Amino acid sequence: MRSDWLLVIGLEVHCELKTTTKLFCGCPNMFGDEPNTNVCPNCLGLPGSLPVLNQRAVELAMAIGTALHCDIRASTFHRKNYFYPDQAKDYQISQYDEPLNVDGYLDLPDGFRVGIERAHMEEDTGKTTHAGASGRIHGADYSLVDYNRSGVPLVEIVSEPDMRTPDQARAYVTELRAILVASGASDGKMEEGSMRVDANVSVRRSVDDPFGTRCEIKNLNSVRSLGRAIEYEAERQIALIESGERVVQQTRHWDESAGRTQALRSKEDAYDYRYFLEPDLVPLVPDAEWIRAVADTLGMMPAERRSRLVSLLDDAGGATEAQLLQVATVVDLGLDDLVVEAVAAGVGTGLALARTANEAATDAEAARHLDPKSYVALLTLEMQGSLSATQAKAVLAELFARGGGDPATIARDKGFEAMSEDSLAETVADAIAAHPDEWSRFCGGDDKLAGFFTGLVMKATRGQANGKAVAAELRRLRG
Amino acid sequence: MTAPRPALETAAMVRAGELSAVDVLEHHLAVIEAGEEAVHAFNLVTADQARAQARAVDATVAAGGDPGPLAGVPVALKDNLCTRGIPTTCSSRILEGWEPPYDATVVTRLAAAGAVAIGKTNMDEFAMGSSTETSAFGTTRNPHDTDRVPGGSSGGSAAAVAAGFAPLALGSDTGGSIRQPAALCGVVGMKPTYGTVSRYGLVAFASSLDQIGPFAGSVADAALLFDAIGGHDPLDSTSLNRPTPRVLTVLDDGVDGMTVGILTELLDGAAPDVAARVHQAAEALAAAGARVEEVSVPEVTLGLSAYYLIAPGEASSNLARYDGVRYGLRVDAEDTVAMNTATRSQGFGAEVKRRIMLGTYVLSAGYMDAYYNQALRVRTRIIEGFDTAYSRCDVLLGPTTPTTAFAIGAKVDDPLTMYLSDVCTIPSNLAGHPAISVPYGPGEDGLPVGVQLLGPALSEGTLFQVAAVVEGAAPPLAAPRVTTGGPA
Amino acid sequence: MPEPAHLTREDVAHVAALARLHLTEEELDLFTGQLAQVLDHAADVASLDLAGVVPTAHAMAVTNVLRPDEPIVCLDRDEVLAQAPSVEDHRFRVPRILGEAP
Ligand SMILES: [Zn+2]
Repeated sequence: MRSDWLLVIGLEVHCELKTTTKLFCGCPNMFGDEPNTNVCPNCLGLPGSLPVLNQRAVELAMAIGTALHCDIRASTFHRKNYFYPDQAKDYQISQYDEPLNVDGYLDLPDGFRVGIERAHMEEDTGKTTHAGASGRIHGADYSLVDYNRSGVPLVEIVSEPDMRTPDQARAYVTELRAILVASGASDGKMEEGSMRVDANVSVRRSVDDPFGTRCEIKNLNSVRSLGRAIEYEAERQIALIESGERVVQQTRHWDESAGRTQALRSKEDAYDYRYFLEPDLVPLVPDAEWIRAVADTLGMMPAERRSRLVSLLDDAGGATEAQLLQVATVVDLGLDDLVVEAVAAGVGTGLALARTANEAATDAEAARHLDPKSYVALLTLEMQGSLSATQAKAVLAELFARGGGDPATIARDKGFEAMSEDSLAETVADAIAAHPDEWSRFCGGDDKLAGFFTGLVMKATRGQANGKAVAAELRRLRG
Repeated sequence: MTAPRPALETAAMVRAGELSAVDVLEHHLAVIEAGEEAVHAFNLVTADQARAQARAVDATVAAGGDPGPLAGVPVALKDNLCTRGIPTTCSSRILEGWEPPYDATVVTRLAAAGAVAIGKTNMDEFAMGSSTETSAFGTTRNPHDTDRVPGGSSGGSAAAVAAGFAPLALGSDTGGSIRQPAALCGVVGMKPTYGTVSRYGLVAFASSLDQIGPFAGSVADAALLFDAIGGHDPLDSTSLNRPTPRVLTVLDDGVDGMTVGILTELLDGAAPDVAARVHQAAEALAAAGARVEEVSVPEVTLGLSAYYLIAPGEASSNLARYDGVRYGLRVDAEDTVAMNTATRSQGFGAEVKRRIMLGTYVLSAGYMDAYYNQALRVRTRIIEGFDTAYSRCDVLLGPTTPTTAFAIGAKVDDPLTMYLSDVCTIPSNLAGHPAISVPYGPGEDGLPVGVQLLGPALSEGTLFQVAAVVEGAAPPLAAPRVTTGGPA
Repeated sequence: MPEPAHLTREDVAHVAALARLHLTEEELDLFTGQLAQVLDHAADVASLDLAGVVPTAHAMAVTNVLRPDEPIVCLDRDEVLAQAPSVEDHRFRVPRILGEAP
């Protein structure tokens, strides 16, 4: 973006809560089932049906509030009235002027603090499929509605307009997602729509200027499109102002393939939702004891997890830039407990972190389900020199494939029996005998040739020799 | 002609094996057959399902079991109570033919108590009305004079009990929709404390005001039915999770030492013959040992206005779901907005449209605080006014309606005048309090007059206690002309 | 509290559109008159000074009504769809939708 303009960004994030049942009825909260099978009178909006609030959903919403340092307060539910076929009752039950969580904050990994205005509960809509050539709403001949998602619990997290760059917005969503996952409240899958982001964007020339007129961008399906959409929208608004026009407060749709935002509606035709207190529900008034009980069940948050790994690196002599990136990756993927356990069992911090960030991370899902004991045992074998790095990686892949097992057994099955010292010495001696010139140069001080001989041994043993052991043997023979 | 057999007696005899539930049912089906054409109390008589239920009751008795306190007693259900697989229309075209896939909690409880559901009664469309004239399926007629309205909105239920079609009926009361038709039809009708009877499966009109309650030919029968349907229901968040007063056991306890306040504001607009009956009832209570005094609760005069802001507001939202997508009527159109609009425009009658528009207006951005929120503040004031009165009185007494039954067609084109017929009953709904209407002889025109007893929250026991005394002193009322009934 | 402005024909037309109701010209005139009459009657409420009075939305003061996060048996899909005006592919079919949800 042009350097003489400043950006102001606020984000609204909807996340589906990981409950067993929906917010106001006992239908399963399940993604991907046969259409209209997870429905009851309530979530179909049948006449005479009534909502009853899911306790677990409340507690997950409180967990989010706790993780975002919010005040958790007495709250109420309102009806937001609008007609739409995916809205079974033609109103949405949502917390309006008295939300459960208010006034919190989220610290980005670089320390930048983003204020959280509120995090409130509401129900999701059903899902509409548009029939016709385009598969989109425009140009469709008709649409089909599935109410399986109707009434799924959502928490909407509204940030203050505190972010100033697309990078901060991306970092915010990444960090928020990690917090939601760590708190157990949501699986944070943007691709499946269980986490949805809307961005409010405005521009101004100076920090002393008031905020400009903002536009709300919808349909941001990934962290990448969030950044692109903000950049596009900022440029669009700047171009408007510079050409003497003004920005109109609008809701805009991000078109990922076209790489641009398009106006959906402007504030002039703002819908009159006729909010009023939901008479079928009673106030939600969490007391201090309940709030504390929920906080006590909350696991470690990502920021704390990162500093835990950094302090392990500090104990081992300090962290490099590359290792700080590894820390972020490992925590992001929820694999940091593996590193901590390995280090506690005596594995070097650098090795534990590198294997986890580079290898375990390639299949984080499998890694999260792996028995940490197997993982620690594998790293111990590698550290002790019983397995080469190549062998260790192969065993790890096998552990993932089998969903667990004993690394030593797998290594044996693969023929990775650590070579006996005798047979190693024999192979090294063969290599020296075959290359007398190189050997004399090595003996003369050309240390680079250690690599040459190690390579030969590795080739001869098909990678099963331990590199460190080969080097030690070469040094011993040189005397 | 002998008087119809009380439900209490019927249930006792069925439980004892002295009377067959099937015979009781067939008797009532015959009464319906004879009188329904003149009265039109029902949208649907569920004879087959009722026969199956009655046979099951008899089988239970034959097997030595106890079918429950309502064994073999036919009960008519207002057509806004969901009945699985049985059409539930709210007397609206928009729901015509809709068969709910579930039962209302009260329907389940009635079945569990051994009752026999005999049919779905006519009503004002979506319970919006005071005469049953807004029904899309024709007007119910008052069994005492078929040129007169039965009241509403539960006019079908009131008329069914008055005509002997069923000893008991359920209605719903949002602004007087049980008590007002009970008064006009000469039967007992009661609105419980908000939260005492589950609303699960009651098609909503105004959720914060709606309550289901009993109609019966006597105070004791109303008590029997109330005891069977009340109690906590986890499916209704507003259902009170505390012991519900049992009322059947207190009916003989009398009023000695109680203080009864004549609520002067309710008498202000009452016709002289109706007011005279209220004073006679007060004298009877005094004679039975109660202290009677006049009490003023000025706030109740604001009730009508507050009600006609709050109830339509909630209704406009509750009735949004009739959009032609999932159930009920659909009028086809090019796009979904046009389809919604065509469906609702054809499916709803004029009174429902009027209230939806009024409610949409009072909830809309510019008027919310001046109208809707202001009405909720008035509600607070009315509760405070009642609290003051109940610090001195056990119950309050007044007319249920300003006049006896009016002629069919007299008010139907003048909404505000029609609304005024609920002026005496609305305050209890706004306060969430219980109230009961008890017949107290005829008015000057020979038609039934109802007196109303009002009490604070959860005072059902006291109300029934006093109601029993009022009933015992009431002047006789001529039997309805269409009645052909008598004990089975 | 300032008394709200008198209800106009345009107000009624706007409200009818919000409520997805189509009114004929005659209905519009009729309803405007009738609704204005009701709102005029409500002026006694609208004009009261009730500053500081807490609104009562629920007559009975109940809080924290919750249910356990346990699944129920859902409705039978065929029974549900049998009530629908139009069904395709086990979904509720609706005519073209012209815009996104507001
Ligand atoms: Zn459901």
